[in-house]
Amino acid sequence: MTGRLLQGSEAIADAAIAAGCRFFAGYPFTPFTELLENMARKLPAAGGACVNAASEIEAVNMALGAAATGTRSATGSCGQGLALMQEGVAELALNELPVVLFNMARGQQDYFQATRGGGWGDYRTIALAPKDIPEAIEHTQLLFHLADRYRTPVLLYGDYVIAHSSVGVEITPMEFPPTAPKDWALDGSASGTGQARQIWTWAMGKPNTPGPGASAAWQRIADKYAEIERTEARYEADRTEDADVLIVSFGTTSVFVDRLVDELREAGIRAGSFRPITLWPFPGDALEEASRGCARVLVYELNAGQMVDDVRMHAADRTVVRSIGGVSQDVSGMRQGDLLSIEALRRRVLDAVGLTVGGS
Amino acid sequence: MTTPAMHLVTEFKPKLLQSAEHVLCPGCGHFVAWRTVLDVVTELELKPILLAGHGCYTQLMVQTDLDSLQCLHGRAPAAATGVKRMLPGTPVITLQGDGDMVTEGLHEVLHAASRGEKITALLLNNGVFGDTGGHMTATTVVGQRTKTSLEGRDPDVHGHPIDIARLLAQIDGAAYVARGAVNSPGMVERTRRMVRRALELQLEGAGFTFVEILTMCPTGWFVPTPQGPDYLRDSLMERFGIGEHKAPATS
Repeated sequence: MTGRLLQGSEAIADAAIAAGCRFFAGYPFTPFTELLENMARKLPAAGGACVNAASEIEAVNMALGAAATGTRSATGSCGQGLALMQEGVAELALNELPVVLFNMARGQQDYFQATRGGGWGDYRTIALAPKDIPEAIEHTQLLFHLADRYRTPVLLYGDYVIAHSSVGVEITPMEFPPTAPKDWALDGSASGTGQARQIWTWAMGKPNTPGPGASAAWQRIADKYAEIERTEARYEADRTEDADVLIVSFGTTSVFVDRLVDELREAGIRAGSFRPITLWPFPGDALEEASRGCARVLVYELNAGQMVDDVRMHAADRTVVRSIGGVSQDVSGMRQGDLLSIEALRRRVLDAVGLTVGGS
Repeated sequence: MTTPAMHLVTEFKPKLLQSAEHVLCPGCGHFVAWRTVLDVVTELELKPILLAGHGCYTQLMVQTDLDSLQCLHGRAPAAATGVKRMLPGTPVITLQGDGDMVTEGLHEVLHAASRGEKITALLLNNGVFGDTGGHMTATTVVGQRTKTSLEGRDPDVHGHPIDIARLLAQIDGAAYVARGAVNSPGMVERTRRMVRRALELQLEGAGFTFVEILTMCPTGWFVPTPQGPDYLRDSLMERFGIGEHKAPATS
């Protein structure tokens, strides 16, 4: 790696600003705090504003308000704080307001939250889970594009490894196709013209410009998410063509899986790795293809078994799917515990395929 | 002596209402409160953004010809913060009821005031959740009957009402805090001057500005419609009082 030595939190802040983010609101919460600090330090110089909100509920609603003016805006927390924001996330989805949500998580226990959400209504959030800081820089920029393109809240599922480690990186602004002009944005210019705009989940419109109403608006939004499900799934498949043992993982744990697959291949075991990059939409078709003919599909996630539901739903043969992860926090409860290690992963994979742990 | 010209009430519809039809109850004070606000917006030739909470007054947002954002219950001051920070030159008005602002959203309005957000926060206070059919809010006065305080609000059981204007007046970021009412023509005129002062101070960038308007809800109070104005005088107005709690010295 070349470029500047940056902590992941600063790299993500720089990537967000490079992508045009001009509003950020957040409430300090380890390990999200440094992203908030960097936004507070850097956004004013970029002509934007960062507000140290008085709660996560405030933060998401501030970001909603800024997004309603057409500004690229973002907020974040860790999973616990995002739990507080869920009503606002649903509101963003059903108001069709683009906001980027950063979950700098304490672990992998927010998969359900990221992919199912805790709000109300028929909505989803596009959720990208980078495996390292360079990918987080790309994903951050991509998310601002996807949020605008689909007018939807989107989520970066990072963690404390990405937030707190430092690498040499370059923030290169990425090019994306143009998105539609934000003619829906509020700026007061239509006030008093007889054609004032309205943003409301119920989409009732005003007497001069009636809206479609809730039922039609929500069906259209549901159709939009169906389109996203068809077109936006992203994944990484490594040596899956001849794999007997497929290990499925997401986020930073995948780095450990990559190394173990190298090791197992050297030992003559035909292992492969499958990593959903988008947790939603889940790359189900690609997993079905990658898992065809596998004797074992092993799901390594540091929680009691969340992504394994999606893997079972899409694997070519659901009877060969096994969960090899588990709940694993450190003593502080803020970082992952002993299961995040190459030794623990190796032991669980070999146990699952019926081999004893060798000398290595 | 000339004969006065005859006019229909609907001819007096404010220009900023797209329709004068409404679904609010007979005797509801919201419309006279809101037309008072819209008259001031028109006088000052403003093109504001309106952020509305959830209550009967959501109807007002729908038919008002202002760029509008319907907010989550209680959260309009937070959303208005995002709007105003990105559009500092645009007047921003939030419209909430007592259930929305003082019960569900007390946190948001206090912090918006303490940050000195340059918005005008309007409260339509009728001391009851009108939209849900007459339930106790944080401003329901002692003795007031609601569906969740059937024998009247009892401090031993239900606690005391919150005097939100007095609370906000203590906050440094608040530049203007006033309470008016719409139960008589004189009160409407006083309230109009309060709203005008609040909006002028917002334009001057003085800080957070707030006008509470006591308004009638005979349906939610379970009193006959004609008794609404007097009930307001004897309940909410008696408890909270009318006037400016905080205002910069006029030059």
